[in-house]
Amino acid sequence: MRFPFKTSYNQDIRIFRDKVDAFWYGLLAVAVLVLPLLLDDYSVGEISWVFIYGICGVSLMVLVGYTGLVSLGHAAFLGIGAYAHAYFIMHGAPWIVAVVLAVVITTACGLIVGLPALRMTGIYLAIATLAFSVIIQEVFSRWESVTHGFAGMKVDVPVIFGFAFDDGRSFYFLCLFFLVIVLWLTRNLLRAPTGRAWVAIRDSEIAAQSMGVNLAIYKSMAFAYSAAVMGLAGALFAHKIGYLAPDIFTILLSIQFLLLVIVGGLGSLHGAVFGAIFVALLPPLIAILRDGIPDSMNQLAANTGLRVIGMLGTAIGEFLKKPGVEAGIFGLILVLVILLEPLGMYGRWLKIKLFFSTFPMYKASTFKRQKTYMRSERLR
Amino acid sequence: MTLLNSRSYWQATRGNRPHVCRGWKLVIFLQLTLNGLAVGCIYGLVALGFVLIYKATELVNFAQGDLLMLGAFVCYMSVVWWGLDYWLGFLIAVVAVGAFGALLDRVVLRQVIGQPQFAVVMLTIGLGAMFRTFASVTWGSEIYTLPTPFGGVWTVGGVTLSHQYLSIVFGTLVLCGVLYAFFNHTRIGVAMQATSQNQLAAYYMGIPVKLIFSLIWAISAGVAAAAGILLAPVTLIDINMGLAVALKAFAAAVLGGFGSIPGALIGGIIIGLIELYAGATLPEGFKDTAPYIVLLLMLIVRPQGLFGSLARKKV
Repeated sequence: MRFPFKTSYNQDIRIFRDKVDAFWYGLLAVAVLVLPLLLDDYSVGEISWVFIYGICGVSLMVLVGYTGLVSLGHAAFLGIGAYAHAYFIMHGAPWIVAVVLAVVITTACGLIVGLPALRMTGIYLAIATLAFSVIIQEVFSRWESVTHGFAGMKVDVPVIFGFAFDDGRSFYFLCLFFLVIVLWLTRNLLRAPTGRAWVAIRDSEIAAQSMGVNLAIYKSMAFAYSAAVMGLAGALFAHKIGYLAPDIFTILLSIQFLLLVIVGGLGSLHGAVFGAIFVALLPPLIAILRDGIPDSMNQLAANTGLRVIGMLGTAIGEFLKKPGVEAGIFGLILVLVILLEPLGMYGRWLKIKLFFSTFPMYKASTFKRQKTYMRSERLR
Repeated sequence: MTLLNSRSYWQATRGNRPHVCRGWKLVIFLQLTLNGLAVGCIYGLVALGFVLIYKATELVNFAQGDLLMLGAFVCYMSVVWWGLDYWLGFLIAVVAVGAFGALLDRVVLRQVIGQPQFAVVMLTIGLGAMFRTFASVTWGSEIYTLPTPFGGVWTVGGVTLSHQYLSIVFGTLVLCGVLYAFFNHTRIGVAMQATSQNQLAAYYMGIPVKLIFSLIWAISAGVAAAAGILLAPVTLIDINMGLAVALKAFAAAVLGGFGSIPGALIGGIIIGLIELYAGATLPEGFKDTAPYIVLLLMLIVRPQGLFGSLARKKV
């Protein structure tokens, strides 16, 4: 096991802990850059989704995972970003300008939602953001001069400085670029006083306030930053999906984002990316299994002569083909994660890493969490 | 949710009765009030389920709407598939879903007590998604009609009193009466009140807190099932009937102040009335959003809801 010997605070907040860390991230960067050359178009497209969901995940992670404010309405911010971007593109604005305007507009909306949120906590905040997203969704379908309502709105391919990102591979790199930028920005914010104030608010509002953190300013900042990142994700989302309609940005999408940050692991940027991989790649995986399981099990049945296996395989295939099964699988995984691994995929990853680095000495109680049963203790 | 298309009613009435000049506005107003009351009662019942569980266990159960859907489906299965009497089906559904609620508490939700509130909310959202999938696999994803004994209509001075809506209002009154009597005049009901006030003190007094929690889950799930069966003739039964109702009911519970039982019922009725009035008088699109606009304004002015109390930590 490596023990980094820290001699200054600057060392503690470095982006990479040491050279070994930097090496692994470098390797990851090379892998992601080479990946589109090795994979087919379909897979590259699916991985672009991972990057877009990753940006969404970072946005929600700042709000939920770091500041402790729960939003059930983030799909609305995504929608505002997407529609604003598409609108400006349609009216001839250059791509960069359209993105900046989209981000500015969503930031403003985030601030507006953040203001009433200053007085609310927990469940009240969740329902207030939910109400906001229902209202915004209605606006999307009624404000036809801008959003074209249910007729939908076509979004052209992005053209930046004359270069058209018209195939899956170039768009992959565009999404990757923005994900890296967002991760880098957010990481810097989080290791600066702003991020520490957010974490303090999450852990205890009263303690943070006593230490001189201005709750109003930092909560609004969290909302504004989260909305801004979501607006950027919205711009990419608009291009990726190609056709905007109001019924994309429902509460179900908001719930999917929350699922993303929880399954990934609350309170870590790694978690946002892990969660994005999970949310973006599970549906294609189910689609593969839908045909793969019956085929392979029938094959096995033919080889071994056991008809039961073949029938079981066909039954599983039939089950996976039923409508709504995918949502149920998501629900099941969510339930299992919260029951068995409340720290999410990143928490499990840390545990595995610690297990190997401290091999014979690992003890499960390292990650034991304090539970609070008294009402007064739960008020933070 | 389209419980009844009040806008088209408004226009149809205006078209059919041009000779009525005075009084017809009042008639429509009364009609809307009655229907809004019925819709609001459903919201109130579901909100009641939210609040009961929240008061006792401090968990927020987002699967309440899906328990409602399960209740409606079980009743449908008993009445249509097995050919049982409506009232027997009603009883079977309420008991079955109630037992299922208790089981849910025993198996799943007891594990997460003491975890952050948000984790529990997500857990119940996940459970709700599983219930919807279960329903679509078991009963299919079509839209079903539940035959009920309330087909008739009374007309009093131009106001149509449909038995379906009356049955909802009446059913809510009966349920609330029974619950009120139960909580105030039975030993176990008082024990439940004590548990929700202070878990630890109740435990020291010899109250079986775990059993009480399971019972509260059973009651909430049973109330949700009853609401689903009462609602079934109006919205018809499909796997997504619960979600829309639960969102509005959740708004109702927050409007009334999460944690107040009369607040939940009153909040539900307010949301129901706003929905119908807005649908009839405001431009299209306000029917579904008006309740949320009112809720948002209310939360800005009074963040703890109408009847809620603001809990503060004393340092």
